[in-house]
Amino acid sequence: MLASILAQVPWQAPSIDYHAIAPEIVLAAGIVLIILVDLFVGESKKWVTASLTGFVLLGALIPVLTLAVSDPDARSLFDGRYVIDEYALTLKALFLIAGYVVVLLSQNHVEEGDYYQGEYYTLLLTSLTGMVMMASSRDLVSIFVALEFLSIPAYMLAAWRKRDRKSNEAGVKYYLLGVFASAVMLYGMSLLYGVTGSTLLSEIGRQITVDGDFGGVHALAIVFVVVGFAFKVSAVPFHTWAPDTYEGAPTPVTAFLSVASKAAGFVALVTILYVGVPQAKDVWQPFLWVLAALTMTVGNLLALRQSNIVRMLAYSSISQGGFILMPLAVAGTGDAAGPALQAVVVYLLVYAAMNLGMFAVVIAAARTTRSGEISSFGGLFSYAPGLGVLMTIFLASLAGIPPLGGWIAKFAAFRAVLEAGNGWAYGIAVIGAVNSVIAFGYYGNVMREVWMKPAPNGETRAVATPTSLVAALTITGAATLLLGVLPGTVLRFGDLADLVGAFGR
Amino acid sequence: MEVLRDQNWLLTVGTFLPLVGVLVMLFIPKSDEQSHKSVALITALATLAIGIYTLTQFDFDQADKLQFFADAEWIKVISSNYTIGLDGMSLPLYILSMIVTVLVMIYSWNHIPSPGNPKAFLSLMLILQTGMAGTFIAQDLILFFVFFEVVLLPMYFMIGVWGGEQRQYASLKFFLYTMFGSALMLVAFIALFFKVRGALPDGVEPSFSIPMLAEYGGLLGRSAQIWIFAGMFVGFAVKVPMFPFHTWLPDAHTQAPTQGSVILAAILLKLGTYGFVRIAIPILPEGAREWAPWIGLLSVIGIIYGALGCLAQTDMKRLIAFSSVAHMGFVMLGISTLTPMGFNAALFGMVAHGLITGMLFFIAGSVKERYHTLEIARLGGMLKQLPKLGWILGFCAMASLGLPGLAGFWGEFPAILAAYSPAPGLSEEVFRVFMVIAALGTVFAAAYLLWLFQRTAFGEPKPEFSGGNGHGDHGHGDHGHGDHDDLHDVNTFEWIAWTPFLIAIVVFGVYPQLMFKIFDPAVSVALKAFGG
Repeated sequence: MLASILAQVPWQAPSIDYHAIAPEIVLAAGIVLIILVDLFVGESKKWVTASLTGFVLLGALIPVLTLAVSDPDARSLFDGRYVIDEYALTLKALFLIAGYVVVLLSQNHVEEGDYYQGEYYTLLLTSLTGMVMMASSRDLVSIFVALEFLSIPAYMLAAWRKRDRKSNEAGVKYYLLGVFASAVMLYGMSLLYGVTGSTLLSEIGRQITVDGDFGGVHALAIVFVVVGFAFKVSAVPFHTWAPDTYEGAPTPVTAFLSVASKAAGFVALVTILYVGVPQAKDVWQPFLWVLAALTMTVGNLLALRQSNIVRMLAYSSISQGGFILMPLAVAGTGDAAGPALQAVVVYLLVYAAMNLGMFAVVIAAARTTRSGEISSFGGLFSYAPGLGVLMTIFLASLAGIPPLGGWIAKFAAFRAVLEAGNGWAYGIAVIGAVNSVIAFGYYGNVMREVWMKPAPNGETRAVATPTSLVAALTITGAATLLLGVLPGTVLRFGDLADLVGAFGR
Repeated sequence: MEVLRDQNWLLTVGTFLPLVGVLVMLFIPKSDEQSHKSVALITALATLAIGIYTLTQFDFDQADKLQFFADAEWIKVISSNYTIGLDGMSLPLYILSMIVTVLVMIYSWNHIPSPGNPKAFLSLMLILQTGMAGTFIAQDLILFFVFFEVVLLPMYFMIGVWGGEQRQYASLKFFLYTMFGSALMLVAFIALFFKVRGALPDGVEPSFSIPMLAEYGGLLGRSAQIWIFAGMFVGFAVKVPMFPFHTWLPDAHTQAPTQGSVILAAILLKLGTYGFVRIAIPILPEGAREWAPWIGLLSVIGIIYGALGCLAQTDMKRLIAFSSVAHMGFVMLGISTLTPMGFNAALFGMVAHGLITGMLFFIAGSVKERYHTLEIARLGGMLKQLPKLGWILGFCAMASLGLPGLAGFWGEFPAILAAYSPAPGLSEEVFRVFMVIAALGTVFAAAYLLWLFQRTAFGEPKPEFSGGNGHGDHGHGDHGHGDHDDLHDVNTFEWIAWTPFLIAIVVFGVYPQLMFKIFDPAVSVALKAFGG
């Protein structure tokens, strides 16, 4: 019967540009390969899977680079539902490199913790594939598929230490709230489909205009979709899962969630706002304004009170998320769309480097301190000056102090906001400025422990840092310094022209 | 804007050379303390050599123009360039920062404060030097901001790690205050850029270049100027520090190690005042005119408040710190008149205060080392016990209170004089009132400095420090040495580090024209918009 139905519909296979989706193909093949290898290597050789994962990620980076230098500039597949433009490529590269650093962070952690290595890396790769897909998705369905693709493995990774109750709590909380957010978002998407008759973002963008019959249902649809992503990027008041999940999950997974998973959420949000509903800016701008202001402020204030470094970093990453939302809150005003997009992309790049670096230092230092309490890092500078200096660099960068990477991210965000130049913009700029000062309270607190306090257990030597961690620290540290001193290297990314179809262009 | 581009590599080398020293020190093991001291000192000396070469190559007849000017692409997307140059206003401060770093390095040779670790201490000092020199050569707002911020972290650690008992509190306070100021300053810079971009005539490329903004900033509307000036004002005023943003200063100075206090007093405070004369006032003349009376008011409050604060102090270092508030009040009063004379006085005052107060902090450090206390009530009879140190203290106190013939005089007296006739458009009555109050302030200054000198240097040494018995409440009785064993007079390293300061105080005091003639042409350029 199926055959007869199919026969009635004229259908022809879409032509597929295999070069364009080569990164995804490499990743998919890599997932299969790692499952197979995991089946056949002995318990003592499981570390092979980690190295293989690294190679797969670097392998997937090659087609990204060839695509970046090839003509035409933007490739569009499946009637514009899957677009490979500069914007997508930049973020794909970000996800792949961030994934590579996470593998470096995980290697010893997973091996020494005696976790299921093969499965761990399979899930990590799967989640990364979802993110890489997300960067190209320009259709409600593909965005949703990519989102679930990246989320479901992440739920499992969060609960990876299965005999640890905190890790279980982390996984369950993340899962329940994540699924709830997906449901809300899906409802919003179905409304969008209902009022426009299309799932294609550019088509939705053409249909939803302010002068048409814009009504409550349109607004509700947009708000629901934004709320769904607000969960994903842990914006206040949808952030409650983040601290518990971050604390309970294995630290490399936390690094992964706080950087890559969050970036993926922002990517989808930007795509939907810029391509899907740019005309409805009067709905989403005030909403995002409130979210951004709350996220920066509440994240900061709660971070001040934390005594556990991972929880502190969880709240700090919430607050950093507020800074990424800040330019979006005025993205539709005046000429701010271009600078705002640039600010978001640059912020994501810089944030990935410094936050992954911060987690790398925490993992390396915790090998000696065996604790996640901030007070346990006392005197780190005296017995491990290298780690102490690196930690200072990453903290200072997170606080936005020149000449480290973080300042250019904050600068780009402020510039975009002031480009909008109306009362809303100045308001959020002042809130942002005050918050960047408050933020130093907790970053400076860790620095104070590291430099000015004695070692709590009288340590005089640090446990040696394994090579993979050294590599991760080198990559992130060099990137953090370079981005701060020569910001021109990243500021080229995220031009408005890079995102095909943004604001109807 | 005409600029001289000869030898434009000089400033870049002079600014970044200290970082090369840091890089070298990175590869020397921590335990090899002597090598660290040598490398740091050699780097500082090499930097100073470049500085002196710069001085010889500087064309003093064209001190109004930016010299050694370089302009390279830096962050194209935001129209910010690596624009550097030096004119008569920045040259003395640029060189001063190098000299102070060298002298502080010499002093550090046998004065590394507890808990030691010269590698970190001296590296931070070199990074600090790069930040300070960079701030004075930057001719691009964003570049200026970056250098302005570079000095923050090293100073934070210097106070926080090597400081006194309250070091952590003091360092955090220092940092948060400054950071709050710079956040607002950055917002003001960006707002300025956008506003000027909207007002530029055709064919002029918008950028963050300071000379360009100084040329076209006057096109902005009055209210925009007032608001943007307010943002910059907070940023710079915190750094100066002006009343009521000064409260971080006494804590930071008191807790910082001697070297930190000296650098803080001699150079870091000047970053704020320099920001006013280089950026805020030339670019936003209307805003400046509107704010000038308020700046003047806060300045004289600072003068009186600082003086009264001094009279109430029982700790010598804290007293010197409060005297900084008063002295910077004179500098800001000079600036607030918006006249060439006021600006010249302010610039002279900046250098003089750097030399004199820097010297006073050195002395305080040495007193602390010898007596293990800075409590004025426990000191006394220094002239009998340590005559050389005592006389140097007396000399610096005289210089600090503005005795004619020493450098301090030329910062204060012309500033007061300038308040007599402020720039056109400012109320003469108001500024004359300021003038009277400021003049009263000099009397207070004489009072607290002479009183300090009298209490610490005159009379008989206190019993706890004078004999073999009676070690006082904190004597080192357990290892059999009395405190007076530490009581040696000025040693060689101190002489080497201090003599240049002392000579400079006399030379600039006797022949102030040496500096005024460098400042003056550049000052008239900065005050072009005020008909000066």
